[in-house]
Amino acid sequence: MKEKIIEILTQLRPEFDFSQEGVDFIEEGMLDSFDIVALVSELDAAYGISIDGMDILPENFSSVEAIAALLRKNGAK
Amino acid sequence: MDFLFKHKRIGGILTVLPAKAVKFEDEMSNYNFSPAKCMKLKLAMGYNEHRIAAPGQTSSDFCAHGLQYLFDNGLLKPEEIDALLFVSQSPDYFMPPTSNILHGRFGLRQDCLCMDINQGCAGFELGMIQACLLLDQPAVKKVVLLNADVLSPKVSPRDRNSKPLIGDAAAITVVEECEEENPVYANIKMDGTGALVLNIPAGGFRLPSSPETAVMEEDAAGNFRSKDNLVMQGDEVFNFVQREVPPMIEHLFEQSGVDRADVDWYMFHQPNKFMLNKLADKLGIQREKMPANIVENFGNASGVTVPTCISYNLGEELCKGEMQLCMAGFGVGLTWSSLMMKVGNLRFNKIIEY
Repeated sequence: MKEKIIEILTQLRPEFDFSQEGVDFIEEGMLDSFDIVALVSELDAAYGISIDGMDILPENFSSVEAIAALLRKNGAK
Repeated sequence: MDFLFKHKRIGGILTVLPAKAVKFEDEMSNYNFSPAKCMKLKLAMGYNEHRIAAPGQTSSDFCAHGLQYLFDNGLLKPEEIDALLFVSQSPDYFMPPTSNILHGRFGLRQDCLCMDINQGCAGFELGMIQACLLLDQPAVKKVVLLNADVLSPKVSPRDRNSKPLIGDAAAITVVEECEEENPVYANIKMDGTGALVLNIPAGGFRLPSSPETAVMEEDAAGNFRSKDNLVMQGDEVFNFVQREVPPMIEHLFEQSGVDRADVDWYMFHQPNKFMLNKLADKLGIQREKMPANIVENFGNASGVTVPTCISYNLGEELCKGEMQLCMAGFGVGLTWSSLMMKVGNLRFNKIIEY
């Protein structure tokens, strides 16, 4: 799952390295709110789910681990 | 607050759109984004083109054009209008009320009640509630509800939060008494602690427009706007909608006793495709039953989006038969409101251009 998330993130913002550990994607300005909208659409399509609108909060997109947890919470296998 | 009205119906809906359409691609260079990112946004949010009023055209001009069309085509008579409600955030003047301007323009009866209501995204629902309240009076048989907004001049061309989605439009809805019971279930809620989440900081009495308020400033996200421009805290609005709208609709199902499967169409305010799809998913409604195609074709014109959605997606169909509609508006105020009612056999339901 992590590799796929990194692949989707890199397609969205190719100028950043999303594989590095310990970086907060939001605090570092790697993802803004518009990126999150586009990312949610990509993740929904990739995993055949619909991420709950209430879960679309910046902290759920701060790292690959956070995104993976979000996906699992919303039914991704 | 819940409402139940009886013996009221919608007699017709006419949406009036500016003739000028502006393509998203033609404005992309104003935004502080790469073309590739803009195109991703276009897909996710449903940006395509929006209708923008010509310089000098006001909300009342669009209403007047629509009213004249209805009068000329025998779809409405000036003398049968008992109340004229103008719901807008873009009046012609601070004073007098724009409804009085229209009253004078068409020589309406002196005992026709005129009322301006300052409301945006939930303006159709609030207007319908007000129309039904008036129709409970024996003297009132027919109310003309005008939803109109020309806010594009207030949006900074370099504000990618608001510029790609803003649209100008007006809609005229005739609300009238009827023999049939035709229950109208409505509810509305407000949260004034979020009043400035969507606002235009300058230009009112609190902060009059001045050379200082016209200075463009960059926000943390790279948008440029002045205090004279509309500002929308997009994240706050999104969270508010996802938090408040699903329980409101669940409550409307209980209030009305109408099962979600028996609703033919969910005609919701149109902020963007992404937000509407998320609402449909959360409510367990097929996305196809909640059209999300108004922003991509015409833009978001605040309280005009629900009647536009009805005119555009149902058109003549609603003149031939009857459908169970669930309608909802949510946004500025903060305000959120919904309606459940049967709508059909309309005398008119169409879009014209001005």
